[in-house]
Amino acid sequence: MNPEELFLVELTVNGNPLSARVPARRLLSDFLRHDLRLTGTHVGCEHGVCGACTVLLDGKPVRGCLIFAVSVSGSEVTTVEGLVNNDGSLGVVQRAFHESHGLQCGFCTPGFITTIHAFLKENPHPTEEEAREAIAGNLCRCTGYQNIIKSVLRAADLIDSGVRDDH
Amino acid sequence: MKPSRFQYVRPASIPEAVVALQRSNSKVLAGGQSLTPLLSMRLAAPEVLVDINGLTELAGIEVRGSELWIGAIARHQEVLTHPLVGAHVPLLQQALTHVAHPVIRNRGTSVGSIAHADPAGELTAVAALLGARIHVASAQGVRDIPAKEFFVGPLESSLLHGEFVTGVSFPIFESSWGSSCVEIARRHGDYALAGVCALVHVDGGLITSATIAIFSVAGTPVVIDVIDVCDESEKLDQKVQSLIEPDTDIHATAEYRRQLVKTLVVQALTEARSNAESRRS
Repeated sequence: MNPEELFLVELTVNGNPLSARVPARRLLSDFLRHDLRLTGTHVGCEHGVCGACTVLLDGKPVRGCLIFAVSVSGSEVTTVEGLVNNDGSLGVVQRAFHESHGLQCGFCTPGFITTIHAFLKENPHPTEEEAREAIAGNLCRCTGYQNIIKSVLRAADLIDSGVRDDH
Repeated sequence: MKPSRFQYVRPASIPEAVVALQRSNSKVLAGGQSLTPLLSMRLAAPEVLVDINGLTELAGIEVRGSELWIGAIARHQEVLTHPLVGAHVPLLQQALTHVAHPVIRNRGTSVGSIAHADPAGELTAVAALLGARIHVASAQGVRDIPAKEFFVGPLESSLLHGEFVTGVSFPIFESSWGSSCVEIARRHGDYALAGVCALVHVDGGLITSATIAIFSVAGTPVVIDVIDVCDESEKLDQKVQSLIEPDTDIHATAEYRRQLVKTLVVQALTEARSNAESRRS
């Protein structure tokens, strides 16, 4: 079989311009993990159901496993690594997960963090029901979701009280 | 769980796109929220993938004459929040609240959903109910396909090889019309076990037109004119049940789907009527 054609994919990831030559069939989630070595983004079901691979594409949450990297060359991507503060301390949603025990095994957590980060930009004062709805597209097999919902509300409180978040 | 190899083409114009689509076993990539899982699970393995995300002329939502045109790469989320859609074809937004989750809606396209012709798709039912026109381009030129001729079977449309959907136009409904979309799914955002879209016209407090489209109960959406039976629930249900063919699967039995339809039809018509009344006032 002929060698597979490679395409130059250039992304701004967490503020840094990064590029690699990859086959057209490389999924964005695999591009981040394999080619850019950013393994914070997790790959669960690989068909768009579980939400573990959720990243922000030009600020909006999308499934990394349902997008080909080549198709979004030139875009800005934010991963869970990009949501830490510039001094390396936890970003506000990450801190809320830490404080509220919003994770156990942590596999699903990167997808939750990115989804909730984008959600709180749109709705900074969610009700518990809205928080529940916001995470409805992400699966967690450990927590039973209760502490994740608490984490959403805790993050909103932290933002309100002026806790530092660089993103 | 990785797609097999394909040749990737990213055309910069519609003429370039239709040339690429003439190649055998080609497939269009728009939002990719239905196509990519099919590729990853290798249920589909096209040789050529034609990525139309660069065709910015297909990104819009516009009023064109007495219709609302939605371009092939307008995302669900844009359609869901666009004021022209809310004013002219509110049924699209009523249906879109049931389509997947916000994260999927950020990338998936409404026109792609229709082109995919999923019998469980809400927008498939909307297009069929409203009599939308599907705009199609190919190397031979352009043509329009009425929705009722477009949906042929489950995931099967009347598109010919080399054709792709550039947009869909929906008739604009003035404020004497009301609509609704209701469904039952195991979880919000999942495929519906059964669902109903309704469109009614109200004149002087009387319903003068009533049609419904039922989805997830046959290979294509089932459109039924119910104006003759809409005030007699027994006759309404008899007519509806005689025209649907729900299947049993791991999510629900055919009998359960029929039971859901009975309830959902009444709920959809009631909501549509009340929406017509609140739109006028």
